[in-house]
Amino acid sequence: MSEAFETGAMEIEARAAAWLERRNFGRWSEEDEAGLDAWLAGSPAHRVAFVRLSTAWERAGRMAALAPEIPAQSVPPFRVTGPFLFRIAAVFAVLAVIAAGAIAYLEAPRERTYSTAIGGRELVKFADGSRIELNTNTVLRARMTTSERVVWLDHGEAYFEIKHDAAHPFVVMAGAHRVTDMGTKFRMRRDKGRLQVSVVQGRVTFDTPDSGKLSPLEVLTPGDVAVATAKSVSVRRESAQDLTDQLSWRQGVLVFDHTTLAQAAAEFNRYNTDKLVIADAQLARRTIGGTFPTNNLEAFIGVTQDLLGLHVKRSAHAIVISR
Amino acid sequence: MSEIPETGREIRGAGVSPQALDDWFAREVLPLEPQLMQFLHHNWRNKADIADLRQDVYVRIYEAAQKQIPSPARPFVFAVARNLLIDRLRKAQVVPIEAVADVDILGFASDAPNPERSLAARDELRRLQGALERLAPRCREAFVLGRIQGLSRTEIAARMGVSEDTVTEHLTKGMRALANILYGDDHGRTP
Repeated sequence: MSEAFETGAMEIEARAAAWLERRNFGRWSEEDEAGLDAWLAGSPAHRVAFVRLSTAWERAGRMAALAPEIPAQSVPPFRVTGPFLFRIAAVFAVLAVIAAGAIAYLEAPRERTYSTAIGGRELVKFADGSRIELNTNTVLRARMTTSERVVWLDHGEAYFEIKHDAAHPFVVMAGAHRVTDMGTKFRMRRDKGRLQVSVVQGRVTFDTPDSGKLSPLEVLTPGDVAVATAKSVSVRRESAQDLTDQLSWRQGVLVFDHTTLAQAAAEFNRYNTDKLVIADAQLARRTIGGTFPTNNLEAFIGVTQDLLGLHVKRSAHAIVISR
Repeated sequence: MSEIPETGREIRGAGVSPQALDDWFAREVLPLEPQLMQFLHHNWRNKADIADLRQDVYVRIYEAAQKQIPSPARPFVFAVARNLLIDRLRKAQVVPIEAVADVDILGFASDAPNPERSLAARDELRRLQGALERLAPRCREAFVLGRIQGLSRTEIAARMGVSEDTVTEHLTKGMRALANILYGDDHGRTP
């Protein structure tokens, strides 16, 4: 509904501020969280008001990030008593110190964090011509400067198209593992203690620096897929078709080819908050093929119902498939 | 050593997750608020309606973006604002429709780089400080203690010698006023 004239933007804003204040300063329980969610879901007017206030709040918090850097001695403690104006002056004394540090902090090239929610996908382009595309539920930090280009893949999956620069290699760190680009397109996926690197074009080197042992440096070429766990690293060859299928998320679809129901469910569950559960082990081993939109669980469920004749039971956040 | 800047971001995919939508809204739409407010003030006589109009523009944008995120954002934002004003005028039946047809969006809707986004860090900081300075003194004190110093509500109450309810009042007022100042609403609306 768009006709919020009668609702009163000012009243809604006041409610949003009350929620935000409580979330930051009050006791915040699961019921409060549920209450806020319900209020936000009640109307887009609520949601935009809340997003607007919390964004301003975050911006103000950038200054707070610097507070720990203030040397305790040089700042008059806040326990300042006396005339009101003097107390305000004390507040500004602190602000001035914060400001000095803040300028240095904010201007220094810094790590930027990019993240996507479950079901989200985002492409980030950089001035050097490099592009990074984030798949669902991914957190990635980047320090992109003219002297070094480093990305940390904290979790999730990303596709990299990197403009090669021999003097300034592009490095991706994933836990203890390091992937160094040598002019290329590649994909990395990190989840549950497992890292996968697939090279689509060009070459990358793969190693585990600082592991204490002499770590072998693998050179990966197109079609190579390296899989690393805490214990081992293996490299296998995959067909061009397999590589394309692994990247089908860039078009918003999942491609299954003789994929077990268990694997298919696990894939869908990366993209959706409602989780698919396959009821028993034997059923989980049955295979399926096809192309499905990542965010369209219903299409997949329809196929399992119609073609495989399976039963589907829905609960709050789970969809159980059984025989 | 200088930073290699981002030159663009695109949110992909058809189904837009609420988080991605909120992020997009904060990153692409909110920074346009100064110009949006200017546009609304320029084209709407009754200043008492402006806050509601702004909210309705945001709601329409947000609802449309749930289906597909419009890119670039700026022309879309001003097209929505213009259509909303036209709808309102029609409904109010105060102005013949042809007089409304040229509600002025020239100069607003062009997809020029957004000045807000290219704000240097120094300007951003100055702006935040300037915004804090414009809060009412008690409000500012509570806000600085709570947001910058990270004190709890109880601690702020003790320092300021007021009740916790009063602190809550100062903080919520501060949040609202700060958003208005940061987003450049210079038309004197303080809650």
